[in-house]
Amino acid sequence: MTTKVLYFASLREALGSSGEEISLPAGVATTGALRDLIAARGEPWSQLARAKNLRCAVNQAMVGFDAAVQAGDEVAFFPPVTGG
Amino acid sequence: MSVSVQEADFDVGAEIAALTAGNDNAGAVASFVGLVRGGEIEAMTLEHYPAMTEKALAGIVADARGRWELLGVRVIHRVGRLLPGDRIVLVVVSSTHRHDAFAACEFIMDYLKTQAPFWKLEQTAAGSHWVDARESDDAALRRWSDAQ
Repeated sequence: MTTKVLYFASLREALGSSGEEISLPAGVATTGALRDLIAARGEPWSQLARAKNLRCAVNQAMVGFDAAVQAGDEVAFFPPVTGG
Repeated sequence: MSVSVQEADFDVGAEIAALTAGNDNAGAVASFVGLVRGGEIEAMTLEHYPAMTEKALAGIVADARGRWELLGVRVIHRVGRLLPGDRIVLVVVSSTHRHDAFAACEFIMDYLKTQAPFWKLEQTAAGSHWVDARESDDAALRRWSDAQ
């Protein structure tokens, strides 16, 4: 089973992608490790590592970069929110 | 449904009337309406994370209900393309006394600003740019944890 990864707003534009399905390799078990895995592909993905104040959510709840991730989860990366 | 995310505009008076209808215990209704500021902005597009938005707003409303004695809460947030002067967001809170209504209305807006997954893309004559988050919004959020 794969993990669904979503990108929003300025990050979506910078990456040229609104999302993808990723098979988590062994050892990638947190949102931070998943971010690093994607960023390691090089440009434009390395922007995930450089993005200022990057935020993330697992299964539609905002979490930190130490949060657990497993197959079947929906993970989202996005810039700080600006609604209201 | 106390929380809505929609493209359509809303009628503030009708929402207040609907929230208080059939409940004469309410002694106070506080409301907040956020608008698109004009000036250099020609239009604004609000993007959101559909699967998460209503869940996040419902969570914020539940937190507010845990802190204050509230009789009713209504939150509407618009998405899509908006023009200067358009309404973006509505928060209406009813309670027995005004303090709880005022405080909860402000609390919900402060949390919405920093926790609900919406992003604003502003269009000006010079082009489009994503609005940056404001440090003052994070500071506004922190005072709720400092206060209690």
